Amino acid sequence: MEEKTILIADDDMDLLEQTTAVVEGAGYKTITADSEKSAMEILENTQPDLAIFDLMMENMDSGFILSRKVKEINHKIPVIIVTAVTSETGLHFETDNTKSSWIKADAIINKGIRYEQLLSKIEDLLK
Amino acid sequence: MESIKVLIVDDEPGMRLGTQRVLKKHKIDVDIESEYQGLELIIDLAESGEEAREKILADKPDIMILDHKLPGIQGVDLLDELKTDKTDIHTIMVTAYASIEVAISATKRGAFDFLAKPFTPDELKHTFNKAVKHLVLKWKADKLAEEKKQIRFEFISVLAHELKSPLAAVEGYLRIIDKRMAGDELSGYDKMIKRSMTRLEGMRKMIFDILDLTRIESGKMKRELKQVDIIEVLKDSIDSVSPDADQRGIHIHLNREEPLFIDGDQTELEIISNNFMTNGVKYNKDNGSLNINLKEADDFIIIDFIDTGIGMTEENKNRLFGEFVRIKSDETKNITGSGLGLSIVKKLVGFYNGSVEVKTVLGEGSVFSVKLKKGDNNG
Repeated sequence: MEEKTILIADDDMDLLEQTTAVVEGAGYKTITADSEKSAMEILENTQPDLAIFDLMMENMDSGFILSRKVKEINHKIPVIIVTAVTSETGLHFETDNTKSSWIKADAIINKGIRYEQLLSKIEDLLK
Repeated sequence: MESIKVLIVDDEPGMRLGTQRVLKKHKIDVDIESEYQGLELIIDLAESGEEAREKILADKPDIMILDHKLPGIQGVDLLDELKTDKTDIHTIMVTAYASIEVAISATKRGAFDFLAKPFTPDELKHTFNKAVKHLVLKWKADKLAEEKKQIRFEFISVLAHELKSPLAAVEGYLRIIDKRMAGDELSGYDKMIKRSMTRLEGMRKMIFDILDLTRIESGKMKRELKQVDIIEVLKDSIDSVSPDADQRGIHIHLNREEPLFIDGDQTELEIISNNFMTNGVKYNKDNGSLNINLKEADDFIIIDFIDTGIGMTEENKNRLFGEFVRIKSDETKNITGSGLGLSIVKKLVGFYNGSVEVKTVLGEGSVFSVKLKKGDNNG
């Protein structure tokens, strides 16, 4: 099986470490970034097969900004956004990846991540 | 602008209107802070206890001028009702026959003051002013209590958040380890275990810091004042940070060897010294230096902790002594801390009639100057 590469961006050192370990444990290759800026730089010359972004990094909407960038490069690359916003505020984001949707993400996962859920989401989106 | 709602209850029209007229022309002057100057009076009238009750239920007045003798429900009975409702109205009872019995009975039922009929406009104004002054003082006290509650609430919510974050991290690692999600290779879990330990250590430090802080604030920290050699205290701190400093090639130098005594509490001085020493190493650059220079000036000792560390912006410098403040930047993101250290230090230094001054240049380093009084530090 061809090894897929997943870009993971999170400014929380522990979450970055955890997500990376789990994703690698499931047999994927990873590229990691600890900020929106560094993820942006990676995207300049790398095209991952899937991306996982923390929503809030330097900006309140870093994840969405990065997601839009990914979709500009190749709208087929799936994006998962990880956020604590929904569980803390009850906000609900549309994940519908159509032109009308301002949020370009294929899945939004709440923090307090259940990693099994993350892995099955990745598997789904890479099919 | 605040206003005061006044309800005048009297069955005699002349009394009602007369009282209203006096109060309307009356300029409130109760010698209070400017934020309560120029209070506006909103005056309403009622001709019976029943009507008064209705009006109170609809819109509670701040001050009520209540006639004792009314046709239906009596003034005192209305007071009784109000008392059980716990409504805090400043009531001035108006009685035709000023008797000590009526006064006592009214005061017992929660009346603020009383006026004997017939009264002059000046007597009315005087009594009314007293009620206003009391009312405003109560407002101020309520506001302070509310602010205090708010500060406490904020402290607790920040605290909860700060404790939740390491817990979530450790829980995350344990779940991964539990399910062997990072593969079968044991070494693949080393970093997770190390990180968990670091986060738990940080959490423990935070809990200890909070205990220190609350003990200092509640004044429950037992102080044992004696002659303490500050040089020994500083040397002990240097010893405790040495392993970290050596590992990162940071050179620590103390400019004085001979003892220097201060009238103080050993533990307090250790907390102060440890905090600056730890910060001087934590926020230093590899192969940097930390110089500790002592000076004596009159009754004071000044200790400068001069580091060649990462420094701070002016804005961050001003936030530094707040609770749970941690300066966030690329350089500090891997440094753990409770964000309480300097706020503890600041409180402790206060016991020594002292101060902490900071000079800092971003990217070049900081100087923390701690000034402590040598003697008479009895609080």
